[in-house]
Amino acid sequence: MSAVLQERLPVSDVESRRTRRREQLSAVVRYTILIAVGLLMLYPLIWLVGASFKSNAEIFTEIGFWPSHFSLQAYAKGWKTSTEYTFATYFLNSFAIIIPRIAVTVVSCVLVAYAFARFDFWGKKVLFGVMVASMMLPHIILRVPQYLMFKEFGWLDTYLPLIVPSAFATDTFFVFLLVQFLRGIPRDMEEAALIDGCNALQLLWHILVPLLKPAIISVVVFQFIWTMNDFMGPLIYLSSVENYPVSLALKMSIGATEEVEWASVIAISVVALLPSVLIFFMAQRHFIEGATSSGIKG
Amino acid sequence: MYENKKLGFMFVLPFFLGVLLFKLFPFVMSFALSFTHYDIISPPEYIGLENYRELSEDPLFRKSLGVTLMFVALTVPLRLAFALMIAQVLNFRLRGIDFFRSAYYLPSILGGSIAVSVLWRYLFSRNGLINIVLMKLGMEPIAWLADEDYALWTIVLLNVWQFGSAMVIFLAALQNVPTSLYEAAAIDGATKFQMFFKITVPLITPVIFFNLVMQTVHAFQEFNGPYMVTEGGPLHSTYLLSLYIYDQSFRFFNLGYGSALSWVMFFLVVSLSLVAFWSSKYWVFYSGEKEKAR
Repeated sequence: MSAVLQERLPVSDVESRRTRRREQLSAVVRYTILIAVGLLMLYPLIWLVGASFKSNAEIFTEIGFWPSHFSLQAYAKGWKTSTEYTFATYFLNSFAIIIPRIAVTVVSCVLVAYAFARFDFWGKKVLFGVMVASMMLPHIILRVPQYLMFKEFGWLDTYLPLIVPSAFATDTFFVFLLVQFLRGIPRDMEEAALIDGCNALQLLWHILVPLLKPAIISVVVFQFIWTMNDFMGPLIYLSSVENYPVSLALKMSIGATEEVEWASVIAISVVALLPSVLIFFMAQRHFIEGATSSGIKG
Repeated sequence: MYENKKLGFMFVLPFFLGVLLFKLFPFVMSFALSFTHYDIISPPEYIGLENYRELSEDPLFRKSLGVTLMFVALTVPLRLAFALMIAQVLNFRLRGIDFFRSAYYLPSILGGSIAVSVLWRYLFSRNGLINIVLMKLGMEPIAWLADEDYALWTIVLLNVWQFGSAMVIFLAALQNVPTSLYEAAAIDGATKFQMFFKITVPLITPVIFFNLVMQTVHAFQEFNGPYMVTEGGPLHSTYLLSLYIYDQSFRFFNLGYGSALSWVMFFLVVSLSLVAFWSSKYWVFYSGEKEKAR
């Protein structure tokens, strides 16, 4: 028995060494692909940062990232804008839309997802079907009637059309994401708490919300970035420049003239992307976990 | 508690109202408006199928329809192919893999923003980075945004660059494929290539299907890219249906015609989805209850 073992040991040793070598080779190949494609993909974004410190002339001649001499002029000029407002106003406007919108989205979507995942009620199947179908509905077809509705309400040129629908859990993607996440959470703890006399809201708040944290963070991050990126909504509903969020102000800075002041436009684009990049990297671990565990798209 | 039907309905009530008010009502109204002439100043006037008849003779609509179909046909397969390829490379225990996952996801997160559209517009401009690179390589610069043959490609590229959202979903699916299957196949002497097409692809068909449908719906609605980068031009070569709908509805305030246009888009998306659902019988395999739950 032991003789057999001793005989076989070197063989398996050679084999494991071979697989290890094969794994190392495969890792090298994968790293090479990852870095090459990654650089190609990210270079435009990286270049954008470098270019924001360059002079207007250098932007049009150099492919390198590093500017020949640093200048913050583009930032100063871009920040001031050609309007009577600075970008400070536009950023504050963006946040005046984003923050309330995130708050109402989280509250409404968590409640609705809780109902779908844990309760039985009349018409549940139909309503759930409506929710999934509405994710596949091209929302552009709702734009005209929604515009007329908000006009009727007297909401044009305010932020209400951009915020209020979210309070009714109409961003169905988030409800779906939360329902999928809730389905993966075992019910034992809730049942125990139920026996201890918790009511439905206490259950949600004390037991489910802490467990839902990664999913809720995903909702916050997605909603932050999507609202920051949203262009068509503000374009349709907002008319006075003093109400413009960053996306509209940026579009304005490109303007109607042929000559674009690229250096300052690029500098402001960097600033405009910064909040989204920061929140993405701050939350990315929970975020990718939340997004992938739901098995659906972002 | 769980059987408390009234309570459940109470929690879902906001969504119920929201769907009625912000989705179902506008949906029906948009259909009704498509049979009217409505310029917002005078009340809508019923004109029957006139808008749809006009559409069939509208050369700009035809152009825009062609551009849209071309755009979708190029963007969706390319995006899915990249997403699956990179997900495959990322589905491996490597040091620093989390960093790469985030890095590849970043363009999808930011890609829809106006700031990135601005960047794109510069990159492909006559003196932009892409042409500088071409010239350093000794090639002729290309008028990307001013040439009818190239302009749509810049928009396609901008969209393919954002393959990260589909990639994340593929990644989740790949991680659910049992490794025992690959081990068994390796013992039988299968190549990596065979494993991919005989094991991986069949097992993730439900997710391929999901991504295909969702990406198609999204591609049909692409707006920021063509609106900002090429402004629909040159010669309407990037004039997607979404731009035409926007122009008719909110620039010219032809709300009836705009609604008819958007119903054409709705019809297209629904028919393509139906084709996908019908064909899924033949190529989508659900292996167990877990997959079915999706």
